[in-house]
Amino acid sequence: MKKLTRILAIILSLALVFGLAACGNQSEKPDNEESNLPVASDLKVGFIYLHDENSTYDNNFIKAAKAACEALGVEYVAKVNIPESAECKEAALDLVDSGCDIIFADSFGHEPYIIEAAKECPEVQFCHATGTNAHIVDLPNFHNAFASIYEGRYLAGVAAGLKLNEMIEAGKITAEEAKMGYVGAWTYAEVVSGYTSFYLGAKSVCPSVTMEVQFTGSWYDEMAEKEAAELLINNKCVLISQHADSWGAPTACETAGVPNVSYNGSTVSACPQTFIISSRINWEPYFKYMIESVKNGTEIVDDWCGGIDEGSVELSEINTQAAAAGTAEKIEEVKKGLADGTIKVFDSNTFTVNGEAVTSYLVEDTEVIKDGQFSESDIRSAPYFDLKIDGIKLLNEAY
Amino acid sequence: MSKNKIHEPLFHIVKRGSLPLWLSWVIRILSVVAALVVCGVVTIVLTGENPIKIYSTMIDGAIGSERRIWSLLQNVAILLCISLAVTPAFKMKFWNIGAEGQVLMGGLATAACMIYFGESLHPVILFPVMIIASILASAIWAIVPAFFKAHWNTNETLFTLMMNYIAMQLVSYFVFLHSNPVGSGKIGIINSATEAGWLPKLGGHTYLFNIIIVAVLTIGMYIYLKYNKHGYEISVVGESENTAKYIGINVKKVILRTMFLSGAICGIAGLLLVAGTDHSIAKETVDSRGFTAIMVSWLAKFNPIYMILTSLLIVFLEKGAGQISTDFGLNDSFAEILTGIIIFFIIGSEFFVNYTIKFRQKDKEVSK
Repeated sequence: MKKLTRILAIILSLALVFGLAACGNQSEKPDNEESNLPVASDLKVGFIYLHDENSTYDNNFIKAAKAACEALGVEYVAKVNIPESAECKEAALDLVDSGCDIIFADSFGHEPYIIEAAKECPEVQFCHATGTNAHIVDLPNFHNAFASIYEGRYLAGVAAGLKLNEMIEAGKITAEEAKMGYVGAWTYAEVVSGYTSFYLGAKSVCPSVTMEVQFTGSWYDEMAEKEAAELLINNKCVLISQHADSWGAPTACETAGVPNVSYNGSTVSACPQTFIISSRINWEPYFKYMIESVKNGTEIVDDWCGGIDEGSVELSEINTQAAAAGTAEKIEEVKKGLADGTIKVFDSNTFTVNGEAVTSYLVEDTEVIKDGQFSESDIRSAPYFDLKIDGIKLLNEAY
Repeated sequence: MSKNKIHEPLFHIVKRGSLPLWLSWVIRILSVVAALVVCGVVTIVLTGENPIKIYSTMIDGAIGSERRIWSLLQNVAILLCISLAVTPAFKMKFWNIGAEGQVLMGGLATAACMIYFGESLHPVILFPVMIIASILASAIWAIVPAFFKAHWNTNETLFTLMMNYIAMQLVSYFVFLHSNPVGSGKIGIINSATEAGWLPKLGGHTYLFNIIIVAVLTIGMYIYLKYNKHGYEISVVGESENTAKYIGINVKKVILRTMFLSGAICGIAGLLLVAGTDHSIAKETVDSRGFTAIMVSWLAKFNPIYMILTSLLIVFLEKGAGQISTDFGLNDSFAEILTGIIIFFIIGSEFFVNYTIKFRQKDKEVSK
């Protein structure tokens, strides 16, 4: 009996608290009023982010999403810190309940849960960055998107190669000592395609360059990324780049005075002496495409891959403090070459695997060596270049 | 005269005698009201938003739609299940902070069964295999520190904590082995085409099965602790090991048996998470619930029925917090500040239920 009264008291107290708040609610305006973005259309777009704006990766999406929604006058709503679990599906379905017409998720591991949500809600469009399954699952309302970031990394690699040339000319290193280091998150194609294009960019201007890659097994682990960069520097790598989302590698480079080519945006504020250039994906063009497609009632393609022309692949400003002279001019020249097709990032004449040129390679049963190059992001938007080419040494393939 | 004067502090903290039930609840309710007032002030000062609106958004986020209510209940069920698991150990004063790792091991065993036997075994055999495997994996993770504690009196806090890290690394390793695509560090949804090894949807509700299982466990644990001889032995060992020995309780046996039970329930939590919720596994699957469960259990004073309310409170605040960041565009951290304030006041209220503050009386000299 005593227990029962206690339980009753708890329930009553909770009811009191809720009741108080609920009373306040009635006199208030609907929550949607709080959205700080203008609403000119009845379209509503929901975004699902793995982390919040403290992560460079997610912040890159958040800024682009807000800008695109504002520019097109549609309502923006977001859920942050959504893990790659059933919570992701719940978040997506909750956004559907709240009236979203398009739902976008930003993390690779969100994909299977977004596909499940897409199956349940055929009337809503689901878009997903970095995923690989849209062309396989064949759902009319599920789409993947990426960008030809390998072109951006190639250009950043050119800047790295010029820096190496400058060091060789100044007598700081010999041509054989032109070794770069690369901090990678995982060992799958998205990362392999990235470091290989970076390396080939550098090699296009500095033929003697070699590279070592160290993996961290995490997309965000500041300490591991810092330690990986330090290890590479100890291995006499004279320039570092990275594909992971913390500031660990750039700041380790600044401390050691080793030049750095960054990713996801400029890190010059923390690395004024060593930051050379950074490439990043600008998601705004895709968000605009996705929203306009729904507005106009046109189909969103299964796989969308934006390039330099669309503004999806961007380079940051060049830090003249660290970059070699003439970097800007050379990058412009190479950019033109990429645009008119005279330069190909994965030109099969520029790399070998185990000493031999690659003449045939199958991805998902499709031949991808075409017209003298490895045709990246053709079958699907997400990268699939996963060849281990000569000149690049992987220090740790545990991941 | 002044030499003899003893300096008396401004106030004393004095243990209360037994407090009338109604008064203890007045204190608790006042603490929640005070917490809401403080949250309101903090909200206005930091964000300029209307605090009432923030509270209503919180409620909306937790129970604003049928789906949200289901999601709330599902999260309560999982957290409650892990809280039930740690409770007998804590009641025995065995500081098991390894629930995170124990649940993860249960989840890993479940995932392994789904991957290796999902296609080959008939569901009638597959489900018992999954249940036994998950219970055993978690129980082993719990029994090892208990064995060392029982025989060599090792520190169970450090031991169970370390076991968490081993479990996480094991999961990382196996996730890497099975990652899809290779090298991505993600396992994806297991058996997404066949749904082999997925717990059944009852009446079209994905989480109803989980909720029923945990409801049964809650009642079972309440009866076990209150009416079973084992429950009594646990309390005695918790109060004093020497007393327990004196009245002929085999302390080692009680420690091992209780930790086996603790681990076994963690195994069920792992099963519900992997086979009944995510259909996948990652290092982050348990999401720190193994630690939150300790708070749930303590706040409820190890009473399984009260734990329904304390786990509801925690999940309610979490869900509400998420909605605040969605609707107001405020960083998640702000909602966590509010949650922190509310929990701080609730824990603080227990202090005032058990103790009272006596201020220095000015007229003391005169009355002497």
